[in-house]
Amino acid sequence: MMERVKKIAKPLLLLIVLGLAVALPWLGLEKYQLRVLTLALAWAVAAVSLNLILGYTGQASLAHGAFLGIGAYAFGIFTGRMGWNFWPSLLVAGLVPAFLGLLVGLPSLRTRGPYFAIVTLCFNVIVFKVFENWTWLSGGYQGQAVPKPGFLVQRWARYYFVLAALVLVLLVVRMIVKSLLGVTFMSIRSNEGLAEAVGINAFRYKLLSFTASCFLVGLAGALLALENGHLDYTITSYTYSFNLLVYVLIGGAATLSGPVIGAMGLYYLLEHIEKAVGEYRYAIFGLLLILVIIFFPRGVAGGVERLWKWLKENRARRKAGEEVVEG
Amino acid sequence: MSFFLNQLIIGIQLGSQYVMVALGLTLIFGILDISHFAHGHLYMLGAYLLYILMVLAKVNYWLALPLCMIALALGGIVVERLVYRPLRDQPHINTFIAAIGLILFLETMVRAIQPKSLSVPKPVDKVFAVGGVSMEAQRLIVIVGAALLVLLLHLFIKRTRLGTAIEAVAQNREGAALVGINVNRISLLTFAIATSLAAAAAVLMAPLAFIAPEMGSVLILKAFVIVVLGGLGSMQGAIVGGYLLGILEAMAIAYVSSAYKDVFAFAVLIIILAVRPTGLFRGRD
Repeated sequence: MMERVKKIAKPLLLLIVLGLAVALPWLGLEKYQLRVLTLALAWAVAAVSLNLILGYTGQASLAHGAFLGIGAYAFGIFTGRMGWNFWPSLLVAGLVPAFLGLLVGLPSLRTRGPYFAIVTLCFNVIVFKVFENWTWLSGGYQGQAVPKPGFLVQRWARYYFVLAALVLVLLVVRMIVKSLLGVTFMSIRSNEGLAEAVGINAFRYKLLSFTASCFLVGLAGALLALENGHLDYTITSYTYSFNLLVYVLIGGAATLSGPVIGAMGLYYLLEHIEKAVGEYRYAIFGLLLILVIIFFPRGVAGGVERLWKWLKENRARRKAGEEVVEG
Repeated sequence: MSFFLNQLIIGIQLGSQYVMVALGLTLIFGILDISHFAHGHLYMLGAYLLYILMVLAKVNYWLALPLCMIALALGGIVVERLVYRPLRDQPHINTFIAAIGLILFLETMVRAIQPKSLSVPKPVDKVFAVGGVSMEAQRLIVIVGAALLVLLLHLFIKRTRLGTAIEAVAQNREGAALVGINVNRISLLTFAIATSLAAAAAVLMAPLAFIAPEMGSVLILKAFVIVVLGGLGSMQGAIVGGYLLGILEAMAIAYVSSAYKDVFAFAVLIIILAVRPTGLFRGRD
C-alpha cells in the first residue's frame, strides 16, 4: 500500500507543481510579480547548473557568477551589437562560458577542496575587474541594452520561455545524473582517490562536468539578460557566485529539486522583504544562512528527505511493536 | 632610484598589513581547518571601533590600539563559539556558507548604521625625507608595529606552553587531545589571537585609508592567496608570502597599471597553482 502511494505521490506532486507554474500568468498577477517570477526561474536555471559541478561532482566552484555574466554579455553583444539572430546568440551564450570554463578548469581542477574554491573565486574577481574597467566590452556604468526577439516581447511569453528552459535543463541534468556519467561524477565526489584507483580519470571527468556546468550557467545568464532587457558589468560580480552557492546548499545539493527550491524561494523572499525591512534584508538573509546551515546542514530538500525517512522508520517501528504484542 | 625605493617602502607597508591578516588566517586554517572568510570583516569592525574610540570618544590612538585588539579578540571568541563550533564535524563547505552568512550580516549592519565612508586622523602627522625618499610617519608605524607583533606571536608560539599547545593541535588534533590538551580552549584562543592581529592591522592601517563596510572583502581574498601559496597552516609561508605580495603590488601599481591593482595577486595565484597545485611551500596537507 505504502509503496504504491509513494510511487504515485511523486509524479503527482510534480504534475501539480508544473500545472500551477503553467497556470500562474492567468491568475491575475501584477506585471511586477510575473517579472520577479521569471527572474527567479532564470536564477533556478543557474542554480541547477552549479549543482552539476558542486552537488554531483563535489567541486565548490566560486566562479559561476563570472560565467553567468560572461554568458549574459556574450548573448547581449551578439544580439545587440552584432545583430545576430536570437537562437545562434543563445548558443554562443553557452559556448563562450563553456570554452572559458575549459581553460580555467585546466589549471584549477588540479587543485582540491578549499584550494579550488579560492582559485575559482580569484578568477571571478579578475573577470569582474576586467568588465569594470574595460568599458568597450561592458559598456561601463551605463551598460548596454539587450533587444528582445519578436516572439518574446510579451511578458508572459518570456515567463513560459524561461520555464521551458528550466524544465529542459532539469531533464538534461536528470539524464546525466541517472547515466553512467552521473555515477562517475558522484564517485569522484565521494572519494577521488578510490575513483582513480578503479581506473577513472578523475581530472578529465571533473573538467567535463565543469565545462557542461559553465555552458548551462551561461544560458541562465542569457535568460536573465533577456528578461532585464539591459546589462551592466555588475552581472559578473562574485556576489552572484556566493548567491548561487547559497541557493544550491540551502535548497539541497545533489538533489534535482533542491536548487530550484533554494533559488526561487530565496530570490522571491529577498525581493519581497525589501519593502518591509529595506537595507536590513541582507542582514536577515545572513543570519538565516547561519541558522539553516547549523540546524539543517543538508538544506530544505535534505531536511524533507530526512523527515520522510524518519516517518517511515517510525511507522515500521510501530508496526514491529504491534507484531511483538500480538505474538 | 628614489622612486623605486619609495615604492619598495610602500610595498613593505602593504605587505605588513597582509602578513598580519594572513597569519591569523593561516593559524585558523591550520589548526581548525576552517575557511574563515569572515576574517576580513572582523578586520573591518576593528577599523570602525577605532573610529568610535578615537573620533567619537576622543581616546588617544595608542590607547585605542590595545583596546581594539582586546575587543576584537572577544569578538573572535564569540564567532568561534556561536558560528563555527556547532559546525565542527560537518563538511568543509558548510563552514564556508556560515562565513558567507556572517559576512552578509556584518557588512549590511555596518552599512545600514553608517552608509558613508569615514577616516581617522593620523597620530603622528609628519613626513620624513631621507635622501630623496619621502615617507609618511604612519607608514613607518605600520611597518615597525607589524614586525613587533609578528615577533611577539612567534615568541609566544615557540617559547610558551600555551603556544606549544597551539602548535601541537595544528600538527595533530587527536594526538594533542590524547596528551590532555583541551582542543576547544585552544580553538577559542586561536580565534582570539587571530582576530586581535586583524584588529591591530586595521588600527595601524586606518589613518592611511578610508574606513568602509566593504574594506575587508578584497583584503581577505588576498590573505587567502597568501595562505594558499605559503602552504596552509604555515606561519613562515604567510610571512614571506605577505611581504612578497605587498612589494609585488606596489611595483605593479607603479610600473604597470593601477586600475587593475587588485588583480595581480589573483593572476599570480592561478599561474602558480597551474604549475604547482599544492602551493609554493610545503604546508600541512
